[in-house]
Amino acid sequence: MSVAAPPDEAQGVDGPSEVATPGLERQSERAKARQGFLLGLPAILYLLVFFVIPLGIVVAYSFATRTRSGRTELRDWNLNAYARLGDDIVLTVAWRSLWVAALTTVICILLAYPLAYFISTRSAVTRNLLLVGIMIPFWSNFLIRTYAWRVLLDSDGLVTQMVQATGLSDGRILFTTNAVILGLVYGYLPFMVLPLYAAIERIDWSLVEGARDLYANGWGAFRRVVWPLSKPGVVAGSILVFVPSFGAYVTPAILGGNKEGLLGSYIVLQFLSARNGPVGSAVSVVVLGVMLLGTLLYFRSGGKNL
Amino acid sequence: MHDTTDGPRTAVELQGVVKRFGDRSGTEVTAVDNLDLTIADGEFFSLLGPSGCGKTTTLRMIAGLELPTAGSIRIHGEEMGLRPPNKRPVNTVFQNYALFPHMTVAKNIGFGLEMRKVPAGERAELIDWAIQLVEMGSMAHRKPGQLSGGQQQRVALARALVNRPEVLLLDEPLGALDLKLRQQMQHELKSLQREVGITFVYVTHDQEEAVTMSDRIGVMHDGRLLQVDTPEAIYERPTTRFVADFIGQSNFLAATVASADEVVLANGQRLRLSSDRPTGEAVAVTVRPERLTVHRRGEAPAGLHHLEGRVETVTYLGNAIVYGVGIDWMHLEVRCPATLAVDRRDVGDEVTVSFEPRHAAVVTG
Repeated sequence: MSVAAPPDEAQGVDGPSEVATPGLERQSERAKARQGFLLGLPAILYLLVFFVIPLGIVVAYSFATRTRSGRTELRDWNLNAYARLGDDIVLTVAWRSLWVAALTTVICILLAYPLAYFISTRSAVTRNLLLVGIMIPFWSNFLIRTYAWRVLLDSDGLVTQMVQATGLSDGRILFTTNAVILGLVYGYLPFMVLPLYAAIERIDWSLVEGARDLYANGWGAFRRVVWPLSKPGVVAGSILVFVPSFGAYVTPAILGGNKEGLLGSYIVLQFLSARNGPVGSAVSVVVLGVMLLGTLLYFRSGGKNL
Repeated sequence: MHDTTDGPRTAVELQGVVKRFGDRSGTEVTAVDNLDLTIADGEFFSLLGPSGCGKTTTLRMIAGLELPTAGSIRIHGEEMGLRPPNKRPVNTVFQNYALFPHMTVAKNIGFGLEMRKVPAGERAELIDWAIQLVEMGSMAHRKPGQLSGGQQQRVALARALVNRPEVLLLDEPLGALDLKLRQQMQHELKSLQREVGITFVYVTHDQEEAVTMSDRIGVMHDGRLLQVDTPEAIYERPTTRFVADFIGQSNFLAATVASADEVVLANGQRLRLSSDRPTGEAVAVTVRPERLTVHRRGEAPAGLHHLEGRVETVTYLGNAIVYGVGIDWMHLEVRCPATLAVDRRDVGDEVTVSFEPRHAAVVTG
């Protein structure tokens, strides 16, 4: 500091500036971190009160004791509820839920991929119009839309009549697992389309030209270039569809009837009808764990590939 | 199927090729306008022109990435028609390289071989050959994202050359590199082309690059091919003002054709210069700054064309001096080798500017 700066220029906007030393550097970094925390505080508080604490309660309940009258008492901590998870009924329901969620995810990929590909290869204006179109269903309530399907699938509903007119089937879909899958695909398809679109849209088209130039036909270019590069979108979309499908409650409750229960309705059943809080909580905790695991796997693979 | 006439075989032949792009409002843009071009086998041919002149579109039509609106494209005598790119005997080095980001260098290079179902053993040998060719041996297992621009460029080159195409198309492949690397790669590309003996069709907007590397250059402007010739002929005998201006610097003297071997300058001075332009046409006489010499007024040797003027600016460039000379109706630039200070002209000196008739060209416009 041999050159003397004019006094008023030597001071930064944030107060008197000093020669930088490691101590000061750390101090300023800590101040910045504190600032970030304060900005996030309202949301953090909200999540703490309405998410973390209730979740803690659920976890605690799963280790609690159920009295003979059906009350849950927070004493004599035990694993009885978890032991019940091996019951045939729980396994059957879990297996069915897994199957329904997997099938929903696969159907969504098959439907959404060509659509996302189509949208991402349109001109900018058409692309935005189509994307808005994809999001229009969100403008009305999910519950209402699911009830609309119930009307359509009713024994004298439009869809049922149309299926009957083809003569292929009696058209009775309502209150079957097929109706549930139909409803889930309907509800979650946009969640598959959007990440797929984002992934495909990002692909540099000259890579496809490069592949074509290097003797790949259209299918070869797709299989070796477009598909692998859009995989993060496939994985993201699959998580977004699979996770809520696995624990779905509303759609199975409205379209699935009571015959073939899924995990969501099983949990509700435990709390409201069987009045077995610990078992309901234990199932919830396991479902949550499975979803968490899936999400972690996604971030792992996503972090490594791109 | 190949032509049997004497002389070099034809690698690429374009006849009456037109490409129009239409947009939704119905307006059409002619990107390439009635292009005729023959490129000989083993030639290093450059398509040179400013951006938007249609040179890249022409290249893409040869590659099959774009289909011509009209006209014929033949490669080694075979009509390409509507053939998709994967069925053409050409490979492309793309401007941004278009390397597959999810594949290693070796996988990238082997992609074309794999698609053509070359057996694995032979494939490995060829990949090895190509990697050695571009000196990327130690990088075979890296992904493109881990390579520098120059290295990516080499991989793109190897990926195309490994297929031993009959014609290699290069779309401004050095555009993204810094100057020093670009000059180094120019030499490497040229010697590589001699080594593998493949026809190169090279698209660039950099006239220096085209002049350095090419056997012949085609200068394009507004979708038209203005002149096709050797770099020297293009530089020394441009036929249009655009070509003279685009390749290097030049002086332009407005003139009118008086007869087959005489033009009249705008000031009435007559110069004996032959041209194939019709009598009466407005033309320009173009002379490169380094082909002009300044003398003290009246001391210019006879037998040369003379123009009289006054020195207006003197710029010292180290190895050269550039004089700005005003002749009564326009301004000339004269570039001389740097001389001792005593031989220099100063601002205000009355001078005679001279040039040999063979160093001047009559150009349109």
